[in-house]
Amino acid sequence: MLKAEKVVPTTCPYCGVGCNLELHVRDDFIFKVTSPFDSVVNHGNLCVKGRFGYDFIYNKERVTVPLIRKQPQKAGQRTQAFDRSEWREVSWDEALDYTADRLVEIYQRDGSKAMAVYCCAKATNEDNYLLQKFFRAVFRTNNVDHCTRLCHAASVVALQMAIGSAAMSNTAAEVKDCDVFILTGSNPTENHPIIALQMKAAVQKYGAKLIVVDPRRIEMVNYASLYLPIRPGSDVPVFSAMAHVILKENLYNRQFIEERTENFEEFAASMEKFTPEFAEQVSGVDRQLIIEAARMYATARNGAIFWALGIPESTHGTANALSLINLALLTGHVGRKGTGLNPLRGQNNVQGASDSGAMPWHYPGYQAVDNEENARRWEEAWHIEPGGLNRQRGLTTTEILAAVHPGGVRALYIMGENPMMSEPNLNHTRKKMQELEFLVAQDLFINESGAFADVFLPAASWAEKEGTFTNTDRRVQRVRQVIPPRGQSRPDWEIICDLAKRVEHRLNRPHSAYWDYQHPAEILEEMGRCVLDYAGIRYERIEKVGLQTPVPTPDHPGTPFLYGERFPRGKAKFHSLEYTPNAEMPDEEYPLVLSTGRVLEHWHGGTLTRHSWMDDLFPEALMDIHPADAARLGIKDGSPVRVTSRRGSIVLRAKVTTKTNIGVVFIPFHFREAAANLLTSDALDPQARIPEYKAAVVRVAPASEEELTAVLESQPRGRF
Amino acid sequence: MSELDLSPLLHRLESYHSQGRTALLPALHDAQQLYGYIPKPAAEAIAQALNVPLAEVFGVIEFYSLFYSQPVGKTVIHICNDPACALAGSETLFKQIRFHQEASPADSPQSALTIEMAPCLGLCEHAPAALVQGQPIARADRQTWQDLVSGKGERPSSVLGGTVSILTANCGLGHTVELSEYLDLGGYQALRKALRTPPRQIIEEIKAAGLVGRGGAAFPTGLKWEAAADAPSEVKYVVCNADEAEPGTFKDRVLMEDDPHSILEGMLIAGYAIGAQKGYIYIRGEYWFPYQAMKNAVEEAREAGFLGSNILDTEFNFEIEIRRGAGAYICGEETALFESIEGKRGFPRLKPPFPTTQGLFGKPTVINNVETLANVPVIIRKGASHYRKLGTEKSPGSKLFCLSGDVVRPGLYEVPFGIPFHHLLFDLAGGVRPGHHFQAALFGGAAGAFATTDHLNVRLTFEDLKEAGLPLGSGVITVFDETRDLRDICLRLARFFAEESCGKCYPCQMGTQRQFEIMERIVRGEIHKEDWERLQDVGWTMTDSSLCGLGQTAASAILSAMKHFPHLFQTV
Amino acid sequence: MSDTIRITIDQTTVQAAAGSTILQAAREAGISIPTICYHDHCTANGLCRICVVEVEGARTLQPACVVQIRDGMVIHTRSERVIRSRRTIFELLASTVDLSESPEIQAMIHEYHADVYRYPDAETRLPAVIDDNPMYIRDYAKCILCWRCVQVCAEDAQYTYAINFSGRGYETQISTFYEIPMPESTCVFCGQCVGVCPTGALKPKRQWLLEMGYTPDEIMNLTRSQRQRRKRREEISANPS
Repeated sequence: MLKAEKVVPTTCPYCGVGCNLELHVRDDFIFKVTSPFDSVVNHGNLCVKGRFGYDFIYNKERVTVPLIRKQPQKAGQRTQAFDRSEWREVSWDEALDYTADRLVEIYQRDGSKAMAVYCCAKATNEDNYLLQKFFRAVFRTNNVDHCTRLCHAASVVALQMAIGSAAMSNTAAEVKDCDVFILTGSNPTENHPIIALQMKAAVQKYGAKLIVVDPRRIEMVNYASLYLPIRPGSDVPVFSAMAHVILKENLYNRQFIEERTENFEEFAASMEKFTPEFAEQVSGVDRQLIIEAARMYATARNGAIFWALGIPESTHGTANALSLINLALLTGHVGRKGTGLNPLRGQNNVQGASDSGAMPWHYPGYQAVDNEENARRWEEAWHIEPGGLNRQRGLTTTEILAAVHPGGVRALYIMGENPMMSEPNLNHTRKKMQELEFLVAQDLFINESGAFADVFLPAASWAEKEGTFTNTDRRVQRVRQVIPPRGQSRPDWEIICDLAKRVEHRLNRPHSAYWDYQHPAEILEEMGRCVLDYAGIRYERIEKVGLQTPVPTPDHPGTPFLYGERFPRGKAKFHSLEYTPNAEMPDEEYPLVLSTGRVLEHWHGGTLTRHSWMDDLFPEALMDIHPADAARLGIKDGSPVRVTSRRGSIVLRAKVTTKTNIGVVFIPFHFREAAANLLTSDALDPQARIPEYKAAVVRVAPASEEELTAVLESQPRGRF
Repeated sequence: MSELDLSPLLHRLESYHSQGRTALLPALHDAQQLYGYIPKPAAEAIAQALNVPLAEVFGVIEFYSLFYSQPVGKTVIHICNDPACALAGSETLFKQIRFHQEASPADSPQSALTIEMAPCLGLCEHAPAALVQGQPIARADRQTWQDLVSGKGERPSSVLGGTVSILTANCGLGHTVELSEYLDLGGYQALRKALRTPPRQIIEEIKAAGLVGRGGAAFPTGLKWEAAADAPSEVKYVVCNADEAEPGTFKDRVLMEDDPHSILEGMLIAGYAIGAQKGYIYIRGEYWFPYQAMKNAVEEAREAGFLGSNILDTEFNFEIEIRRGAGAYICGEETALFESIEGKRGFPRLKPPFPTTQGLFGKPTVINNVETLANVPVIIRKGASHYRKLGTEKSPGSKLFCLSGDVVRPGLYEVPFGIPFHHLLFDLAGGVRPGHHFQAALFGGAAGAFATTDHLNVRLTFEDLKEAGLPLGSGVITVFDETRDLRDICLRLARFFAEESCGKCYPCQMGTQRQFEIMERIVRGEIHKEDWERLQDVGWTMTDSSLCGLGQTAASAILSAMKHFPHLFQTV
Repeated sequence: MSDTIRITIDQTTVQAAAGSTILQAAREAGISIPTICYHDHCTANGLCRICVVEVEGARTLQPACVVQIRDGMVIHTRSERVIRSRRTIFELLASTVDLSESPEIQAMIHEYHADVYRYPDAETRLPAVIDDNPMYIRDYAKCILCWRCVQVCAEDAQYTYAINFSGRGYETQISTFYEIPMPESTCVFCGQCVGVCPTGALKPKRQWLLEMGYTPDEIMNLTRSQRQRRKRREEISANPS
């Protein structure tokens, strides 16, 4: 029997649930993962990724030596190099000096507007804080963003508008205290598996009633009291019709509205037009179901709303989210235990990366960059001359790529992200990547984006460094070094510090912004000095159990649920809404709506999971299609199909299943062989600048086996 | 496997759809009847229709020995292997059939046989017994090979004896007493009387009569009813435990085959007394004719208005459903029986909570044995004091005894409590078979204990038997003459428990197996000196620590044999 | 539930919270009662019966993990009857299952002076290792049927219902629907079952390979098809070491 040399507690690197892990190690090989049963987050439960999905660390494809492209790349002619023979192994000094030289060259020539960085929601708070500090303090640019733009940006914007803060209001585990909860645009059994368990238990053991509103017949529908199978993009009409019913039937919470909200009258008037009849016509949902759902939620003692990317990833994502917020305000189902507005965050540290300022419009702590006071605070913290920091809002992820052209963005630094899989309309992204003058990739693998880079900086994985992640319910938890960095790889924070010092030196900066940290704990403390929500967090306080922000003082116990007494903006604001159709609606040429998302076994662009044995479980892209659509199109289960949108075309196998509804097909976006984002639309929500991943129109036709990019032995699967 | 036609199954599943999981055993019975076994696609269809997880459907199929997940022969023959049939030569019969089968050409119908040894089939007075395609065969040794495999099962005759005919008043007529005949014989008069009486008063009457359960545990029936009546719930159940599977027992079979309405009447009165709206009769899967008789009786009663709404123009509503077991002795344990009705593996539950507060579907439930329920109309019709005229103070009324083994006239004997054992054995049942004398008798079946010549004078009452260290159990007495090796009997009992243990708790799951293995070796003549302690440790651990009555009694007979016949287990 | 009641455990009178089990009350009082199937994370089934104690007035021994204390209860956790039962159950278990990776049970066996060779006739359960998926293996020769895996796959955690039982009694084994390979079942590979398995019957595949003598590098260099079940089986039979 194998005995572990050590068992190290840490936090899962995959989704926003932030499960507590214990890694069992022998000879620097992690052979087993367990979870403490007294964990407040996941009670010893894990999903396949958390328990088995760490083996990418040891994948032989992983790059653990700094690399520079053999063939110098030119803007406009940049190519992808996946093969290691196209790269030269170099020393860290050479890689960093080369990077510093090129970045400084471009900065000195074109100024701060030419510089841009993608931070990373997989990396730690400390890594993200430093990378945005590097670009803000050294390159004086706010062109800092990360993948939050592609996921919950619209939720964040809507919550900021209505409430003044953007995080999940309550703790996920509080779902057992709900008596009714709405789940919409979220498939937690695949994407937040541990929260799904808590939801199932809430229904099965604690008697909660679940209302699912979703264009897919997800597994949670099996646990639902009501299921509203909406057409993609009809969120605002359906939720507003629920508001309409609640108003008409006097089921709203007058006292709450009077005491804690504003703009009710105008909002109520705007709901007049959203009759259940109208909503039925737009959404295809039986009006009676909408009425029942409205009554059920409004008359609950504790009602909560949980949503994920089905709400924000839309050209009217902000309005979608506002329609949910309106419902919570109307019924007063916020600010108490077991209630709340709960956007389930995707990445392990998307909350933390946002908190740490990996955003173009905000410094850490959501301090607006165009506010003088904020800018001065950070100038002082980073030893920068007054007026030195850029006061202009930076570009968002999608805008950064759009701005790649002479006179625009010239240098891009990518830490961990993979826009070549995750951006919408990848053919366009490809052109823009080719246009870059200089590209730095800091990652574990040469992924589709890193393959375009000039220099590759091998980063340590989460098991090889110290730091913190902030999970979806705002809990700051420790990430611990379990094994030494593989090969020559280095923790991100160390790479950033080393590089920043070299750049500062080349720029002859009179004062260093400070990069001489001995340990990541010092980084978090530096951030806490200017970010009140983190001010009370110290590593020694979170060694065993994480703290939920806000934690304003070193003796503050953390905040399980928000808005108990007041909203950050004072009174919460109702917003009037209008119905806007999706940017694309089905027509004769493109009769089906494509929704994209994740599957249980894979993560996003696949950089990690497709380098894991998890790929054995789900080795190829599959398109879910309803049996009725499949029969009409002559498509059999497992047969190849060609899916075409206005932007591109891919071939993959079909999975004929009632998990999706008639008229809607679903493709996961993890597979480079059939990249779903070649099809998606880059139309943006006007307020949040988030693309419409969930509703591109496509046509589907049978294809031949030969057209498949990769032919694999099929893996029969029995799970839902 | 050729393409399976699921349509007849799907058609039947439609009627089960609204019932959900509780229809699982009926659905599996249907599938097996249609296909001879339960093919995987059929199991999938059932899982989907009843909304039961796939793995749990499989778990249920695997639990019950009459369900097959793999194809079996066109004809399935079960030969009883337990003491009474073994004494009558069932092993020889088994070997003969096997021999015939092996000698038959590969394409003959005989080769498409599946022959299995089975636990007691409840036909002990007709030993050796067999089931062919679920149909009972009495005196299988007298059948020709061809008759046997062609499976002409017929309703076994009732062999009655004794000194009184109270519970068996309508039995032994050679046919099932139908409703009209039952009414002519005074049937349902007790129900009429009961429905004019306040429920509490009925419970008082049952308590006054001193009726105790006849299934083996001898719990006071009135107290059980009272506890269920007191339990706060709108929904309550009455369950008739007709899973008669204790080796040597066949009394409930005779009652159900001959006089089914008396049992229904007892259930109706129980239902009225405790405020239940629904009853279940759980009949062991091996009992084909009792199932038919009870099914017909329920239909007759429903048509005549004894079941349904506003029974006899009162406010009382009551329905009865019949469930068939599928080969699991453990389902005679009350909570395992509930699990089985609920469509699960027949694992016994932890007690408390007791059935009277959380029984079937978690609701207050009275569960009574067939014979117990048959006593109820008797008590109500004539009153408790009349009932008490028979029997003793502590064991009032009459009792059914199942006599089998080396006895001249095996059969069902109704006698008042209190007659001496020798009177029953020698005067009523004709004594031990000619030319032999009494060695021992097994009281209470597999879960029972051995009586010796020292016990011949014991009076047959709960109190006297208890004092003598013998269980009355369900009234089983299996007699052995001096030629019998009791170790062989012990081995059969050990095998029975090893086969029938549900496997839930450790002492029984592994203890029954170890006990069987040791007995097997002892019967081979290889006795180790350590075996005594081994059997004692295993036996007492099962008795002390098992979760349910099965494990707690799985060593009872062997421990009693060791006590009375120690030399059988010792090295020379 | 905050009421306390008075009970006597092993001649010592202690106060314990009403509603607690004998096991909880004993632990509070610093008296250790051995357990096998019991796990804080799972619904207690009281099936291993190792935790049985003698309660005065009760006919049989009582499982401490599920029986609630009553006022005035007199409990003996180490009486002769209790010791005999526990020792015998350990001996039964040792003669049935491979306990080589169950150090806690082995320690208890030692403590109770149980003789693991007590039953020379015992038919040990020896099913072959099931290696049908890339995440974990199932070695039911080590399975003690504590049911934890079945429970966490169902209502105790995952609501996935991929596993249940095949057979009955001594022949019981944890199984998928018709013994289909795990990937074809409803399994989502959460490994909750692996997490609660006390005997190494369920273990991560990489741990298993490491134990079989593969080096980490060799393990990580296995190709996808080498990781598949049949190929692995062939390799093992070709090279039994």
